Amino acid sequence: MAKKPGDSAGGALGAFAASIASGGIRVVDLTQTLSPDFPTLVLPPELGQCAPFRIEEVSRYDERGPGWYWNNITMSEHTGTHFDAPAHWITGRDLPNNAVDALPPKDFIAPACVIDCSTEAGANADFTLDVAHITAWETAHGRLPKGHWVLLRTDWSKRKAADYVNLRDDGAHTPGPSAAAMKFLAEERDVIGFGVETIGTDAGQAQHFNPPYPAHHYMHGKGRYGLQCLCNLDQLPATGAVIVAAPLKIRNGSGSPLRVLALIEQGAKT
Amino acid sequence: MTDPLAKPKRKNLLERTRLPLSPPGMRSRAAHLLTQAAAEGRFALPACHACGAVHYPPRDACPKCLSAVIVLNDVSPLGVLVAVTTTRVSNDSYFRERMPWRIGTVVSDAGPSIIAHVHGDVSEGDRVLMSWHLDKGGNAAVMALPEKETPHMADDRQLREMTLDPKFRRVLVTDGRSAVGQAMVAALAKAGASIIFAGVAEAWKPFPGRDALAKVAGVEIVPLDVTDADGMGELASGIGPKVDILINTVEHIRPGGLLDRKGVAVAREEMEIGYFGLMRLAQAFGPVMRFRGADGANSACAWVNILSVYAQMTWPAFGAHSAVQAAMLSAALSLRTELRPGGVRVVNVFTGPVDTDWFQTVPPPKVAPAQIATAVVEALKRGMEDVYVGDVAEDVRARLAVNPKALERELGSA
Repeated sequence: MAKKPGDSAGGALGAFAASIASGGIRVVDLTQTLSPDFPTLVLPPELGQCAPFRIEEVSRYDERGPGWYWNNITMSEHTGTHFDAPAHWITGRDLPNNAVDALPPKDFIAPACVIDCSTEAGANADFTLDVAHITAWETAHGRLPKGHWVLLRTDWSKRKAADYVNLRDDGAHTPGPSAAAMKFLAEERDVIGFGVETIGTDAGQAQHFNPPYPAHHYMHGKGRYGLQCLCNLDQLPATGAVIVAAPLKIRNGSGSPLRVLALIEQGAKT
Repeated sequence: MTDPLAKPKRKNLLERTRLPLSPPGMRSRAAHLLTQAAAEGRFALPACHACGAVHYPPRDACPKCLSAVIVLNDVSPLGVLVAVTTTRVSNDSYFRERMPWRIGTVVSDAGPSIIAHVHGDVSEGDRVLMSWHLDKGGNAAVMALPEKETPHMADDRQLREMTLDPKFRRVLVTDGRSAVGQAMVAALAKAGASIIFAGVAEAWKPFPGRDALAKVAGVEIVPLDVTDADGMGELASGIGPKVDILINTVEHIRPGGLLDRKGVAVAREEMEIGYFGLMRLAQAFGPVMRFRGADGANSACAWVNILSVYAQMTWPAFGAHSAVQAAMLSAALSLRTELRPGGVRVVNVFTGPVDTDWFQTVPPPKVAPAQIATAVVEALKRGMEDVYVGDVAEDVRARLAVNPKALERELGSA
C-alpha cells in the first residue's frame, strides 16, 4: 500500500496530517494579500506613521540577476494582516516576554470562537461589541473557554478600500469592541487574544472610549494578543476552528505581518 | 496673423514615430551666458564689466577695451528687423525636417546686430521684440517676435519648437490632492491642455477639493503613488505614451533638522516621496517621453519639478526637508541631461514657503498655490528652464549669487 502523507508521524499528528491531506480538515486562509494599495492605520500626520507595504524588484530574470526573480519589501510591523504582541501597547510594556520573539510558540496555535456581528456592523459602521452581545453568544454556544481566540466577524474585509477605512472629517468609522467588553474578555474569560477584520482591533472611534483603544489596553495589559485585517471569517464555525498565527521572530518586535490559517474539521457548524 | 494650431489628430499607427533630433549644439563657454538668460526668460546680452559695452555674438574679451571680464546684462529686447530670409534647404538633419525656416537680422536698440529666428507675423522693417529661448538641444536661440501680441502668436511653428506650450498637450500632474496640484490642474485647463491626468495617492483617504478637481474639463483622476513602483509602472503602461508634459507636484513637508528628530523614520518617508519618488517617476515616464520628443504638434516636451528654493541653500528650520529638496534638485539636473536627447526640457520651479498647512507658523510672504500654477504655465509658454516664484525665492536667489556664506548664516538665524 502506498504511503500516505502523515504515515511517518503516526499517532495524533499522523492522523492530523492525513486529515489535512484528505480534506477532512480544511485549511482556510484568513490573510489579506500584502499589496501596496492595502490601507494602513491613519494617525494625525504630525505623529509617527505606520509604513505601508512596498515592494521593489531586485531582479527579474534580467541583467540584474539573469536566472532569478526577487524583491525587497518594506512595511511596518503593523501592516496588512498582522499580529499585535503585548509590547505594542503601553499597558503591556512591563510584562515579561512581551515581544514577538519571546512569546511561547505554543500560543501560536489556539482554538477560536467567532462572534458574528456582520448584520449589526452592516447596519451601523460604529457598531460596538458589548458584554451583552458576548453573553448572548454564550447563551447560544456555551461559555467562552479560557485560552481561545475571540474573533469578531463584521464582514468588513469584504469592503473596498475607501469603505474599509471609512474615513470622515471626524476620523474613521469602523466597528470594534466597547471598553466593558474587552475588560470582560480579558478578565472574566481569559481569552488568548482578540481578532478582527478591521484595520485595528479597536473601533474607528476608539480614541474617544474610556480607556481609549480598549482592545489594545486590556488585551495587551493582560499579556494577550491581537489579530487584525483578517478575512474569510464568514467561513469559520462559531466554535471549533483552530487558528495558526505565528508572527515573525523580530527582536523586540511589537507585532508582525503574518499568514493566519484556520483549521476546520469538515462538518463543523458555521 | 498666425494660423491657429489645429487640435492634433490621433496617431496614424502605420507611420513610424518621428525620432527626436537636435539642432547643432556646439557652444563656447562664453555663449552659455546666453543659455542662462534663456533659461531664466530674461533678455540679456554679454557686456564688458570694465567699459560697459554690450556685444554680440559672445566673446571671451570685450571687443572695445579687451577686458576679459564679461558679464550678462539685461538690456532692451527691442530692435528693428532689417533683413529677413526664408531658408528652404538645409544639410542639418534637424532643420531639414522643419523647412522652410525664417531667419533675419535685427539691429537691436542695445547696439549689436543679431541674427535671429523670425516669427511668421513680422516682416522686414518691423519693430520686433527679441526673446531668448532654449532650442530642442537646450541652447540659447534668439527669436524676433512681433512687438505687440498678434492673434494665435504662440502657435507659430518656429516659436512652438522653442516653447513648451501646454495648448493641446496632455499633462500629468502627479499629485492632485495638494492645493498646488489642484491650482495647477485649473491653470492647465485654462491654458488649453487637452487632457490633464491628476494623480491621487491612497484614494481611500478623502481630501478637500476632490469633487471640484473631478469636474475640471479634461481631467482624468488616476491612481499615482510615487512610493509605489509597481502601481506607477502599471499607470505608465497605460498613459505613459500620452504624457507630453509631466508636472511633479508631490510634496511632503515636515519641519525639523537633525537633532530635534528621533530616528530616521520621518526622513525616510521624505526621501521615499521626494527623491525616490522623482526617480521612480523618471524611470516610469522618462524613457517614453524622451522617445516622443518630436511626435507631432503634441510631442512630449517638458518635465516640471516644483522645488523649494532651499534646495539651493539649507534652511535649518526645515533642514531635513531642505536636504531632500537638494537631492531632488541634483537628480533633476541629471534628468535634464538624460532627457535632452529627446528634446524634453526639465523645468525647475523654485518656490519659497507655500501658503499651506505645513508652513502655517512661517510668517509671510508665502507663495499662493495659484501663483505657482500661473508661473509654471508662463514658464511653459515661454520655454524657460529655471523659474523663481515669489519674493522669498527671488530673495534667496539674489543673496546666494552675492554671498552664499552670508545666506547660510542668515538662514540659520531665521
